[in-house]
Amino acid sequence: MTDASLPANPAAPETRKSVSLVAPDARTQKRKAAEARFRMYGIAGIATGIFFLVVLLSTIVASGTGAFQQTFINVSVYLDPAKLDKKGNRDPEDIKKVSTFGYTPLIQQALFDVVETNNLETPLAKRGDMKALISASAAAQLRDVVLENPGLIGETVDFRILASSRVDGYLKDRVKREDVVRDKNIDAEHLDLIDLLVPLGIVEKTFNMDFVTGADASESRPEAAGIGVAMAGSFFMMLVVLVLSLPIGVAASIYLEEFAPKNRWTDLIEVNIANLAAVPSIVFGILGLAVFIQFMHLPQSAPLVGGLVLTLMTLPTIIISTRASLKAVPPSIRDAALGVGASKMQAVFHHVLPLAAPGILTGTIIGLAQALGETAPLLLIGMVGFIASNAPDGIASGLLDPNSAMPAQIYEWAKRADPAFYERAWGGIIILLVFLITMNTIAVILRRRFERRW
Amino acid sequence: MPLLWLSVLIVALSAAGFILARQRALASAGGDTRQLHSLPVYYGSNAFMKSVFPAFGLMFLWLLAQPLVLDNRVAGMIPETEISEGSNMGLVMSEVRRTADGLERAVASGAMDEGIATDGNADTAAITKQLKDAGQVVTADISRPVLNAAQAYRGMSAVSNIAMSIVVFLVAVAGAAWGVMESGRDFRARNVVEQGILAILIAAASVAILTTIGIILSLIFNTVEFFRLYPAADFFTLLEWAPSFSGRGGASSLGILPLLWGTIYISIVALLVAVPIGLFSAVYLSEYASPRVRGIAKPLLEILAGIPTIVYGLFALLTIGPMLMSVFGSDGAGWMGGGRSVMTAGIAMGIMLIPFVSSLSDDIINAVPQSLRDGSYGLGATRSETIRQVVLPAALPGIVGAILLAASRAIGETMIVVLGAGAAARLSLNPFEAMTTVTAKIVSQLTGDSDFASPEALVAFALGITLFVLTLCLNIFALYIVRKYREQYE
Repeated sequence: MTDASLPANPAAPETRKSVSLVAPDARTQKRKAAEARFRMYGIAGIATGIFFLVVLLSTIVASGTGAFQQTFINVSVYLDPAKLDKKGNRDPEDIKKVSTFGYTPLIQQALFDVVETNNLETPLAKRGDMKALISASAAAQLRDVVLENPGLIGETVDFRILASSRVDGYLKDRVKREDVVRDKNIDAEHLDLIDLLVPLGIVEKTFNMDFVTGADASESRPEAAGIGVAMAGSFFMMLVVLVLSLPIGVAASIYLEEFAPKNRWTDLIEVNIANLAAVPSIVFGILGLAVFIQFMHLPQSAPLVGGLVLTLMTLPTIIISTRASLKAVPPSIRDAALGVGASKMQAVFHHVLPLAAPGILTGTIIGLAQALGETAPLLLIGMVGFIASNAPDGIASGLLDPNSAMPAQIYEWAKRADPAFYERAWGGIIILLVFLITMNTIAVILRRRFERRW
Repeated sequence: MPLLWLSVLIVALSAAGFILARQRALASAGGDTRQLHSLPVYYGSNAFMKSVFPAFGLMFLWLLAQPLVLDNRVAGMIPETEISEGSNMGLVMSEVRRTADGLERAVASGAMDEGIATDGNADTAAITKQLKDAGQVVTADISRPVLNAAQAYRGMSAVSNIAMSIVVFLVAVAGAAWGVMESGRDFRARNVVEQGILAILIAAASVAILTTIGIILSLIFNTVEFFRLYPAADFFTLLEWAPSFSGRGGASSLGILPLLWGTIYISIVALLVAVPIGLFSAVYLSEYASPRVRGIAKPLLEILAGIPTIVYGLFALLTIGPMLMSVFGSDGAGWMGGGRSVMTAGIAMGIMLIPFVSSLSDDIINAVPQSLRDGSYGLGATRSETIRQVVLPAALPGIVGAILLAASRAIGETMIVVLGAGAAARLSLNPFEAMTTVTAKIVSQLTGDSDFASPEALVAFALGITLFVLTLCLNIFALYIVRKYREQYE
């Protein structure tokens, strides 16, 4: 109505008039740039995350595949009766008295003979110089074979013996020539000899089945270490987890979801489960140590105790996912069952539970996968630093005899000084991840295939 | 294995009860199931349940109580003088138990006769030798009181085992008989069985409570024991962590502050890595990404969450550490003394936490109602302005909750710091120096051969309770924020 409401500065509209509608002004450009920048941040965030994933996975694959290959030396060993069976009567008791020290020279001699017959040029002129090429467990390997067939004594037998970890590392590019200078265990001359032996097929790299099936070895023999026994330990632990956590988890979820009255007690249980799911895993290890080992005197390092601890740890995960799948079954199913005269218990067990089963199974598999990769609680109940030399031979010994588990074994290798064990650790991780990926894939397939949308 | 046989016997008895009860019920109805109150299977189940559960429950309790009772009675037989310097009652008792087990196994395998094993005046040296020959683990020469105590222990546990078998057997028979006697046409078997099942369900649900109680009790008892040996004031205020390795020398200084500092410092580094990456990813995934991009990128990021922490630990130790060393180590900037450092562990932990932050934030951003965005667009705001000025402020409490949850994860993480952070407790600001954390020290104090009675081992429980309380508070607070926020827009 009056001019008072008009802008005080009449010049302002004029400056705006000069702005084209097509060409954006400075402010719009700034806002558009800000928009593009913000978008870039988001893309950069995701790209960084995926970059880390790629780096992680490629590091694992690049560093771990070496563990699946192992260097062996093919030699013909003359089993000298003068050394192995001095009395000459082939009595197994007498043969047992010869320790691995009796076998070591035979292997060294065999390798030395190879060098001589092939006229290989090497400054290594003594039989003992071959020691650096041969694994310390080769003699034990040979001894085991001889003890099984005492008749072999006196004959020349072809053997495939383990090469030492330095030789193995040289063929896998882990041990470099410049590192060897400071290495007490092997010299450059040995590497020269290896270079000569490889074309002859005497030293060769093959698939390492012993890594997948074998037991851990002592600190000085990384070339003989395997993850098989630890895998058995993990298997028995998972057995305990499955047998305990599935029924208990399902029963608890059924109660909480279908029967529990809304009261203080139920609330307390619910809050408890939510919090237990977030308690650090190491605290479960302390619980296991105090309750199962200190109080109940269950054997230390036993997969049974590991399984019990992991059960308590995975229970919240399983309960949460089971409750979600029970909740997803529509109430009409229950109403229909109740309507034809079923009791509440019958409605739940005959109708709701079968419909929720795929979801429950999926949750259980994911919980098991989580338990399989867990390490920290196992350290506290002593499932590390122990070398189980044989795979358990039954269910009772599998559950009660001291053993390790895959992740604990990986940790054990990561702690050791010799870098040759790092390769084993990465290799162990590949096996562990293969298990995890398989389990998760099964879970995803189950969910895709059987999940019903109501 | 008598326990196994006893279990088989109980199950067989209960199965017999099942069949008998079912037949009796059918007979009482003249073979016509319509005359029965419940389906025949319920009558059988009733008898089965009444036999199996009391019997196994009793067996379990007996096995749990037996060592406690026996320990108490045998402990009186060991004179004070037998407990040598640097040892305690618990250690002597475990030797007694070990000897008793050894005797039992040696007799079972035929390496020792029953007469010698029970002879109170038997030559201790001879027994030790015989046990060793039988392949039993016996540490030192067994002294006379220990041998006598072990023999008494063995005798009593044999008696107790027989008594348990008889009692459990009787309970199983009585239960089955009760179930069978009850079965008749008008007995409401289904209701009783369902009551029983409900009881089992409740028991299962209580396992969660029992776990928490177990955690709290085991932490508290041992912590109290620790504070009896070591002043609590020192534990909470000393600026030095230096456990003595000699055992009970009393020379250890066990202050938690350097460990807490290491924990917090590493967590901060981890959050500095995870929060920006995770948050920007979440914003992009929920606001910009097309369904196809989202369908690929989100699961890829979540793979990071499924990788076990030991893998991150190894990655920190063998990849991140050497990489940082080449830049900041002695060849580069010279700030770093070794591959293990706060940065090494922090970066690995940050990578682990990215999916944790991103998927939680993603959920929370998605929960912001579309109407808020539409309002903002209607006023002419661009997408990024809407996100920054409307969506993020609205989602802020929830995002803070998500970050707190991530922080609680970082504080409780063990394997990454055990492998990546180092072992030296230090109060320092240099992120390239090795420091250690509460969790790493729990592991190092409780692994190895230390005995549980020394303050150096018991301190782990005090550290554990600190960790438990810290993460519990963070979790409760974070869950409270997240939940409250979710309700706000529902």
